[in-house]
Amino acid sequence: MRYLPNTADDRRRMLDVIDAASIDELLARVPPKARLARPLNVGPALAETDLIRHLRGLAARNADADAHVCFLGGGAYDHYVPSPINHLISRGEFFTAYTPYQPEASQGTLRSIYEYQTMIAELAGMDVANASIYDGASSLAEAALMARAATGRHEIVLVAGVNSRYRRVVATYCDGLGVRLRDVPAPAGVLDADAARKLVGPRTAALVVQSPNFYGAIEDLAAAAEIAHAAGALLVVVADPVNLGVLEAPGRLGADVVVGEGQGLGVPLSYGGPYLGVFAAKHEFVRRMPGRLVGATVDRDGRRGFVLTLQTREQHIRRDKATSNICTNVALCALMATIYVATLGKRGLVRVGELSAAKAHYAADRLSEIPGVALRFDAPFFKEFTLRLPKSPERVAARLAKAGILAGIPLKTFDRKLADCLLVAVTEKRTKDEIDRLVEGVRTAVA
Amino acid sequence: MPYDNQAAYDRLIFELGSPGRIAYSLPELDVPGDDVRARLPQAALRRDAPALPEVSELDVVRHYSRLSQMNYGLDTHFYPLGSCTMKYNPKINEDMARLAGFARLHPLTPESLSQGALALMHELAGMLAEIAGMDAVSLQPAAGAQGELAGVLMIRAYHLANSEKRTRVLVPDSAHGTNPATTALAGFEVVQLRSDQNGEVDLGELERHLGPEVAAFMITMPNTLGMFEPRIVEIIEMCHARGVQVYMDGANLNAVLGITRPGDLGFDVCHFNLHKTFTTPHGGGGPGAGPVGVKSHLEPFLPVPVVTRDGDRYGLDWKRPKSIGKLHAFVGNFGMLVRAYTYIRTMGGDGLRAVSDNAVLNANYVLKRLAEHYDPAAPGYCMHECVVSARRQKKLGVSAMDIAKRLLDLGFYAPSTYFPLIVEEALMIEPTETESKETLDQFCDALIQIAKEAEANPALIHDAPVTTPVRRLDQTKAAREPNLRWTRPS
Repeated sequence: MRYLPNTADDRRRMLDVIDAASIDELLARVPPKARLARPLNVGPALAETDLIRHLRGLAARNADADAHVCFLGGGAYDHYVPSPINHLISRGEFFTAYTPYQPEASQGTLRSIYEYQTMIAELAGMDVANASIYDGASSLAEAALMARAATGRHEIVLVAGVNSRYRRVVATYCDGLGVRLRDVPAPAGVLDADAARKLVGPRTAALVVQSPNFYGAIEDLAAAAEIAHAAGALLVVVADPVNLGVLEAPGRLGADVVVGEGQGLGVPLSYGGPYLGVFAAKHEFVRRMPGRLVGATVDRDGRRGFVLTLQTREQHIRRDKATSNICTNVALCALMATIYVATLGKRGLVRVGELSAAKAHYAADRLSEIPGVALRFDAPFFKEFTLRLPKSPERVAARLAKAGILAGIPLKTFDRKLADCLLVAVTEKRTKDEIDRLVEGVRTAVA
Repeated sequence: MPYDNQAAYDRLIFELGSPGRIAYSLPELDVPGDDVRARLPQAALRRDAPALPEVSELDVVRHYSRLSQMNYGLDTHFYPLGSCTMKYNPKINEDMARLAGFARLHPLTPESLSQGALALMHELAGMLAEIAGMDAVSLQPAAGAQGELAGVLMIRAYHLANSEKRTRVLVPDSAHGTNPATTALAGFEVVQLRSDQNGEVDLGELERHLGPEVAAFMITMPNTLGMFEPRIVEIIEMCHARGVQVYMDGANLNAVLGITRPGDLGFDVCHFNLHKTFTTPHGGGGPGAGPVGVKSHLEPFLPVPVVTRDGDRYGLDWKRPKSIGKLHAFVGNFGMLVRAYTYIRTMGGDGLRAVSDNAVLNANYVLKRLAEHYDPAAPGYCMHECVVSARRQKKLGVSAMDIAKRLLDLGFYAPSTYFPLIVEEALMIEPTETESKETLDQFCDALIQIAKEAEANPALIHDAPVTTPVRRLDQTKAAREPNLRWTRPS
């Protein structure tokens, strides 16, 4: 067994030192009646060549975004992933280290997290970002709990444009603590300001707005901020950081906390995870933030160095009084994002946003020319839009999939009122030819 | 074997490059249309381009390569970090996780077009259930702490479904910090139980606290001293007699694969850390995956969706009215599931048993070799890890922290220190089964050398580390004057 170096002779010599007759003797405390008297039934060990064949067979049964043209979004996007990312994150020194408990032997990880925090704070327009949460949904749940702790209030108001899956995760996290969730409708695809004003009040810990929202529409964050702040509530904005080269930093529009899914920053689609929960906030919340924080300091000789800091917030110190239960985060995905942002840089991130938006608008224009097909909402959108179809979106999508195109996400399972809609996302990777094929495919499928 | 070739490098990416330099390659705009910015609300557009690096591709590659050289990782160093199971992460796992059919699969691909992913998940859930002796497993939790949250919320939902309002959860004082933190997050009052002098559950203390308001008892098995609780079956029976559910923190599952199963011991719920027992890489702090297994009475409460199988068709079942809900936007950390699946299929049932046998042997070998020089935290044979106290060295002015720093200079990452909290000057050592006797001998020799240095030359230890890119860092300054992001010097 290639992962187990001990030979029979090694084991004998080690048992001699231990002064035990057998490994079984070392296990004497395990109650005999609870011992497993048979081998685990997980199949026989496979040789590497057989294993590869088997897993390739499983992988081949999936319609991946290399073999198909992908217009799927809804919280995960087929953006360009520069080649150096995979090479660099695969270096064993990064890949096989753990949480940097010994900072002197972990400066690589600590420095990269410090860079990550800087990049995310800059994109979000916030003072400080943490080292990551599991994904966009759990980041939002943590933000809701932080707003509760910061305000002493027990209601979270969410705009209907917030990804409904995120809302479900928030509900799970809030359930035991008795936090009540309230929902603002978005009949026009964006926040209904009058309805929000009625719901946001003295019990509201936070108003949560996603922009662009799940339907792709750009929300008026300044208006949302005014509503939240007038009631003494925090504004929590769910944003996709890859858009923030072109779209204004939510912090500049009044956000107190910015969370979101960072998958677009160089993290593989990987059927939904591991992804990257982005979490950034104003400085006043730093001691209430969940998760790890890296800070700069100096060593004994006065040299710059980096450490995990403000750890008295965390579970290993504060236990049941901690700001969150998170321990393991998604540091490697944060490293992917750091290398991505370094690679795209000041100009590239702007270009990614411009290309995605331009191609999305071209696609929306062309698709809307098809008889019976129209944008579901008038609100401005960015790289994703909701299309109303004259035929079952599930059937249209299935038909296009046969032609190698993943056309979009039928919205019935997300919002029954949108059962006739398809959510279409267009990134900078899509070509005019691919978009034209999508348009012709939809035209044929709805005819 | 000192490792003195760590990069001495003090740049941040923001301190490199030059305005106008680029590292990316993006396609040209190939669609007609006016400037898209004119079609977006002007107030929503970013006024100033973000202040981000302007570097070349080689700048990026060299910078992060140099940063990586400032880390100790498992691939370069023995990493005996107790409780974290820093075992070798097989390279084939990485190749499999990167197959386009997995790595490039969008999470909202229709079920009919993601049958391979669903089949893998279904099979992995079944294998984990078999390994733990549980009836059902959800793969959704993203890490151990989220697995704990799922487990505790399921216990809460179970009691509520039986119209019982139980408000307390018992947690030993030796527990991982995530246990009380999770319990509080789930809305329970946490009651900490004092362990006995051997770090085991004190049955009298447990009995005193097992009131009608107790929902669950949460315990790590083997315990955080690395010892198997010989009375565990009795403890679980005591809890069950009072209607109390018993949760197993699965951080130490690597000790018992194929030896005994949590479900057979009587546990109602347990989580799995795929990044510990099942070789997915730790990545500098994550990602992990924290599947949770339950007995059948808790199955209705599992997170949605549940992966189902009907003949040779796989699907996702969302219609589960008693479910605690969702924990993750999608199905979980799928990439880690592929790696864990690859590992289990590599090892097979006999291989997994050999994993635990050798993990236990290695830990006992280290414990035995060190026992003369450091005080074992508990008597008897340990399981997959051992805890020793540096209290003798502390009397000489050398703390567990000092010993950890000196180990860095001698070419080893440090054990976990100061955990569990009930052991004075704790050094928690988990060698894992993938380390050879030679490596263990070198490590033990280093710790014995340090014990001798503590008597003869403690200044040497207080100075450590000296071979790392930085020496001991000022933690107080970092916390008092938080500097959490880079700013351009003005």
